[in-house]
Amino acid sequence: MLDKLQQTIDMFQMFDPADRTSMLLSYADQFKEVPPSIATRPFSKSHQVPQCESDAYVWAQKLPDGTLKFYFAVENPSGVSAKALAAILDKTLSGLPASEIATVNCGIVEDIFRQNISMGKGMGLMAMVNAVQALAKAAIATPFRSN
Amino acid sequence: MATPIEQRGYAHPDALVSTDWVEQHVTDPGVRLIESNEDTLLYASGHVPGAVHVDWTSDLNDQLRRDYITRAGFEALMSKIGATKDTTVVFYGDKNNWWACYAFWVFQLFGHTKAKVMDGGRVKWLKEERATSRDTPSYPKTSYTSGERNDAPVRAFRDEVLAHLEKKGQLVDVRSPEEYAGTRMHMPDYPNEGALRGGHVPGAKSIPWAKAINPDDGTFKSAEELKKLYQEDNKLSPANATIAYCRIGERSSHTWFALKYLLGFTNVRNYDGSWTEWGNSVGLPIEK
Repeated sequence: MLDKLQQTIDMFQMFDPADRTSMLLSYADQFKEVPPSIATRPFSKSHQVPQCESDAYVWAQKLPDGTLKFYFAVENPSGVSAKALAAILDKTLSGLPASEIATVNCGIVEDIFRQNISMGKGMGLMAMVNAVQALAKAAIATPFRSN
Repeated sequence: MATPIEQRGYAHPDALVSTDWVEQHVTDPGVRLIESNEDTLLYASGHVPGAVHVDWTSDLNDQLRRDYITRAGFEALMSKIGATKDTTVVFYGDKNNWWACYAFWVFQLFGHTKAKVMDGGRVKWLKEERATSRDTPSYPKTSYTSGERNDAPVRAFRDEVLAHLEKKGQLVDVRSPEEYAGTRMHMPDYPNEGALRGGHVPGAKSIPWAKAINPDDGTFKSAEELKKLYQEDNKLSPANATIAYCRIGERSSHTWFALKYLLGFTNVRNYDGSWTEWGNSVGLPIEK
């Protein structure tokens, strides 16, 4: 199950607003951009998250054991929230089977960000979660092939 | 010698300062830099050194009614950020200064006229790779005293807008063309905040806010360019009463600033109820 994600959500729910802001920034600082071995600029529009004003991209790599590894890019330099969410999704979902990741719900954005969801960000952040879920569902339908 | 901003020919160039000016005044005790954003994480992720954070929802809006803070709330805010009546407040923020202009406008409800906007806002400061800080500054608390909030000169209410349109007064809809036409009830990528109908206030001219800025750096266009946009292309007269609106009053604060301070419109008000009120109100006319 999505234990690591739930633990992270539980942790955020214990925080007061100031601590939540600090923790989100800490995650944003840990954001790692997609490596050139996975994708290089200009990134394919097929990996772009729709409705995300932070101009986020997401890729999923299916590993031989059936788990997924996620990679992200956030092109808007002001995309602090998108970077934070990308880091959280990578740390909590990468390494899980696609079948588990496919159950993730975009409602986690509200649980994590609370008052830090701005009007223009909420839709894009939920779209990031939906994109991760869609990639997981696609991976379930696609058998692993080694290159 | 005129500064680059003065050379642009604005009616009130003192209301706008450059990033250079701000950099030269970050430690000026008579200046308080204020960052106001839509994204609440941005200030904490790094801001102009010495700048304080004023949040439009928690600091400027009343928490129990759709309105702004009271005189007591404004006095408490200004005292908290260490401002006096003599402090020059300088606003900047994300979204090409939407919320900076909104905060500037709210401050005018209380008559704090020693106020400026940093041209280009947060993005320009970062693009120029100027210093930022994550330290939250602390200033000695003051005992700021304010007069009562006076909405009339710069704020328009629903019934005033209705009377204004019936007199065929100047109305500016600063939303996107799709919102104006009624084919969309919110900005692209934004949630629908509940307007029941799409369209615009009858008689309003569609002049999207972004036409007032240079897209590369978010700075305001020159007075000559703004005059062409508002006065020549759209036939607005600076001498006639004008009301600007958008969805909740943030984008129209940006246009309000441009009309009042850069072009010198003598009577311009911001209708902060905007489309989220007008598009939902019983009995009000709309056009598509």
